[in-house]
Amino acid sequence: MAETHSLQDLQQPAVSSKVFVQRDYSSGTICKFQTKFPSELESRMDKQQFEETMQSLNNLYAEAEKLGGKSYLEGCLACLTAYTIFLCMETHYEKVLKKIAKYIKDQNEKIYAPRGLLLTDPIERGLRVVEITIFEDRSIGSGR
Amino acid sequence: MKSREYQQIDPKALPTPTQSPPSHQHQAVGDDGRTPRRKWEVFPGKNRFFCDGRIMMARQSGVFPLTLGLILVTSGLFFIFDCPFLVKHLTSCIPAIGGVLFVFVLITLLQTSFTDPGILPRATPEEAADIERQIDDTGNASYRPPPRTKEVLINQQVIKLKYCFTCKMFRPPRTSHCSLCDNCVERFDHHCPWVGNCVGKRNYRFFYTFIVSLSFLTAFIFGCVTTHLALRAKGGKGLMFALQESPGSAVELAICFFSVWSILGLSGFHTYLVASNLTTNEDIKGSWSGKSGEAVTNPYSHKNIFINCCSVLCVPMPPSLIDRRGFLPADEPAQTSGVDLELPNPSTKSDINVVGGSSHLCVQGPKGLLESAALTPLLATSCPQGKPQTALPCPENTSALNSDPSLELSQRCGGTHHNSKTYGSTSPPLPTKGRLQKHKRASSHTPRSTFDDHVSPSSHDGNHRSTDRGHRGAKFATLQ
Repeated sequence: MAETHSLQDLQQPAVSSKVFVQRDYSSGTICKFQTKFPSELESRMDKQQFEETMQSLNNLYAEAEKLGGKSYLEGCLACLTAYTIFLCMETHYEKVLKKIAKYIKDQNEKIYAPRGLLLTDPIERGLRVVEITIFEDRSIGSGR
Repeated sequence: MKSREYQQIDPKALPTPTQSPPSHQHQAVGDDGRTPRRKWEVFPGKNRFFCDGRIMMARQSGVFPLTLGLILVTSGLFFIFDCPFLVKHLTSCIPAIGGVLFVFVLITLLQTSFTDPGILPRATPEEAADIERQIDDTGNASYRPPPRTKEVLINQQVIKLKYCFTCKMFRPPRTSHCSLCDNCVERFDHHCPWVGNCVGKRNYRFFYTFIVSLSFLTAFIFGCVTTHLALRAKGGKGLMFALQESPGSAVELAICFFSVWSILGLSGFHTYLVASNLTTNEDIKGSWSGKSGEAVTNPYSHKNIFINCCSVLCVPMPPSLIDRRGFLPADEPAQTSGVDLELPNPSTKSDINVVGGSSHLCVQGPKGLLESAALTPLLATSCPQGKPQTALPCPENTSALNSDPSLELSQRCGGTHHNSKTYGSTSPPLPTKGRLQKHKRASSHTPRSTFDDHVSPSSHDGNHRSTDRGHRGAKFATLQ
């Protein structure tokens, strides 16, 4: 039987639930998320893929907060100018945040959206959680 | 699993990051019905915003005007009264050095006061519901309420994370809830009434630079004024003659004499904190002093003074997690703005809107939250109830606020370093208006044990450990 889907249905999938991946504080106060695979996603995607996504995110945040030669230089220069360069220059952290946003968009397009999931950039939640929205299963064959 | 076809979410149909408000009418409107509102207008904490959200301070600005006034007056008098004489008799480097120091002090003071100290945005209702669910799951079926602490292991030490009832989340390590500002602040150092803002992760380096450059400036002016008066009084003319010739110098001398010791002391204290990667909060509570008998050391310290200094002062500047200048989404289900990277403060987009209404939503329960969340198609963050509101008192809020006096006392203890600056007057150390009475009342409670901080490696009662830092210990005692 032909099922008709209204255009509205196709464009606005209903949210079924949300999963929150909390922060992992075992290494201190650096930004790091737990890589444990939530049970709610078991039916939707691979454990491997999820862990890979989380690990890459953690690596990117570690890069943002890294104490290295470049950050020392930036810090000293900033101090000498009474931190006024922060008003003109984009900080290292902000540059990496852009990278992270791009990475999440990529992951959503390639991996999560085809499975009816959506990753929310943690910066939109104050770097507290990675919010994964699970959309309703609108499979065409669900009536069978 | 493979036989199901999931509704493909077209990422291109997702709201794209946008900087300006969408031109259509799906935007929470301001009073005039035309301008869309920004998130700072519904921010739930006790903060004040200026320049359309670019600048923020605590709602109680404390004695910030006094600080600013004193610095301006003292420096002004210096340039007017002392510099001409010293340039003529000594060198013209003096006003140059003074000028550089003055500019440094002013800029860092303004940055400390106007920067977001590292405020954590409050949890969205869905998050709060999720956390509540987890807490209830782990709690046992007894009459006691489920525990509101979580334990984590950091560098082989057990750290207890406390649940913040106001912000509805487990506080990250080193985060504390400032009752004056009603916000959780990351790496909370103290609430400084002299700068009218909290000192936390994001503005600690400004604060430190401010007090160090202020101690240089004060010492420099003190030295110059002394030299000036000594030169004028030379030849048997006497000090009174010199003071009569240059009355401004007398004022400067008084101000600098009384402030240089406390500011120098404060700079020294904070240099010690920076070198050991401690916060004033932790130092006062004695979190890592090991007086409970266990071998507790600071798990955040890198055990190397240089690395500790760099990790506090030279770490890449973290972003502001509250999105002040983002636009509020519409009340009805509509597109929400994504991450806005052009703004200097990319962060939570629609949380504030929901948080503003969360005081209502918090009594709905998880099911109600999910239902209301399901009404919005994507990134359900709009508050479906109606206009976003500023935080109305929720039962938990008032309980958090009721513990204010003790909280304030503990937090203000960090400010006692500043209180010793009397600036030549004999006014009581605590400068703000009604707070002195509150603190005196609170001192009858246990002053520090109710301080709502998560960091408690053991169940200690927060007694102030005896320090060997001279006058500071005495000042804490007098405050109590």
